[in-house]
Amino acid sequence: MNRWIRPILLATVLAPGAALADSPFILPSSTSLSGSNNVVTFDAAASDHLFFFDHRPVRLDSIAVTRPDGTPVEPTDAVQGRLRSVFDVKLDQPGTWKVVSTDSMITGTFKENGEERRVGGRGGPPRGAAARPAGEGSAATAPQASQSGPRRQPPVAFKDIPANATDVHLTEVSRTTETFVTVGAPTTEVLKPAGKGLEFDPITHPNSLAAGETARFRFLIDGKPAAGLKVTVIPGGDRYREDEGAMALTTGADGVVAITWPAAGMYWVGAEAEDHNPAEKRAEARRMSCAVTLEVMTP
Amino acid sequence: MRPASFVLISGVLLAASANAGTIKVTLPRLDIAEYKKPYVAGWIEPAGGGAARSLFVWYDVHKGGGEPGIKWLSELRSWWRKSGRSLKLPADGVSGATRGPGSYTIPLPADLTAGNYVVHIEAAREHGARELVSVPVTVPNGAVRAAGKTELGAVSIAAK
Repeated sequence: MNRWIRPILLATVLAPGAALADSPFILPSSTSLSGSNNVVTFDAAASDHLFFFDHRPVRLDSIAVTRPDGTPVEPTDAVQGRLRSVFDVKLDQPGTWKVVSTDSMITGTFKENGEERRVGGRGGPPRGAAARPAGEGSAATAPQASQSGPRRQPPVAFKDIPANATDVHLTEVSRTTETFVTVGAPTTEVLKPAGKGLEFDPITHPNSLAAGETARFRFLIDGKPAAGLKVTVIPGGDRYREDEGAMALTTGADGVVAITWPAAGMYWVGAEAEDHNPAEKRAEARRMSCAVTLEVMTP
Repeated sequence: MRPASFVLISGVLLAASANAGTIKVTLPRLDIAEYKKPYVAGWIEPAGGGAARSLFVWYDVHKGGGEPGIKWLSELRSWWRKSGRSLKLPADGVSGATRGPGSYTIPLPADLTAGNYVVHIEAAREHGARELVSVPVTVPNGAVRAAGKTELGAVSIAAK
């Protein structure tokens, strides 16, 4: 239920279609492989149900793939559809690979000549304005307009905030969505934290998980243990359950959560944090989230 | 047990194992149209936790073409995670070709220290199922029997 309410609240507070509205994930076709010259395909999307494609794609240009030795590589056969992005990675090196999507934006409000404007998106005319034939537009959008009250101005991109703006209230929003794939024996080079923002810092290797066993994961904010952080663990397949089946956990003083996997399958692990240490000096706060897709094997 | 295969396997696997105890594994005959010999692995772990040690793995060693046999070793999911993926293959005294239905005897390592262990036997078959049989055993002098339901038949262990 929480996941339903939160998107609505966020979507109201932030610009429409803001990045955090749904659970983003990168879903690998395999996470533990043997042999050489394997290809793994990935689906990247944000959706209401895990791991289905019912809302929007994760943008292809936000994806970065890192080889076990730390070198970057471009995915191949990449397509960004309406509901998901798809790409392949040829695993030409043994060890643990990382696939991550990082996204960062500034949202908020300011006033210009007494009128409140929203900050977000990439600026420009309202979405779909150009595509809609003149005349039909007003009829088609009438129900929407009545819902949201008086006609709203399109959001202004951060870089376009005018010099005479007043009452500027900005939040830096950053999001990390990642997953890991291992060929042969697991390695740890790609797991090293960068020391910036909210990070997943696994103690148990993310490709060494099995049902009935307990994994320990640390979360860091700017490289320091994130104590008291709320962590949500959701098994995939919630479309076929009454209950979302989420586990709500909180990190200890050492920033660590222990997760005992109830069954084999794909899991989504997500965490969110807010503080007042944004990298962008004009922002007052930052909101960080990270999500990891993990495969838990049969014991 | 078929004496011929016993001699053959123990000769191939580990010469110094005559007094070390044995694992006997039966692969059942399955009455199905498209039967492929299963991949099978066995390993031993200290009962209180600790490093797993591969005892044997039977896979398609000589499979050619674009899909060498090692590609499917990760289908032995439990073995792959606990031991297989850190093993360099082919491994002397451990890896061998796949086997058809029958009973096979594999020696336990002669250098096992006294204590409680769990022996795991895992089988996975193309177009078939995967099964794991885990048997607790005490070294020395433990003797236990277990059985799988689908891909594995009787498993017996005699530790010396």
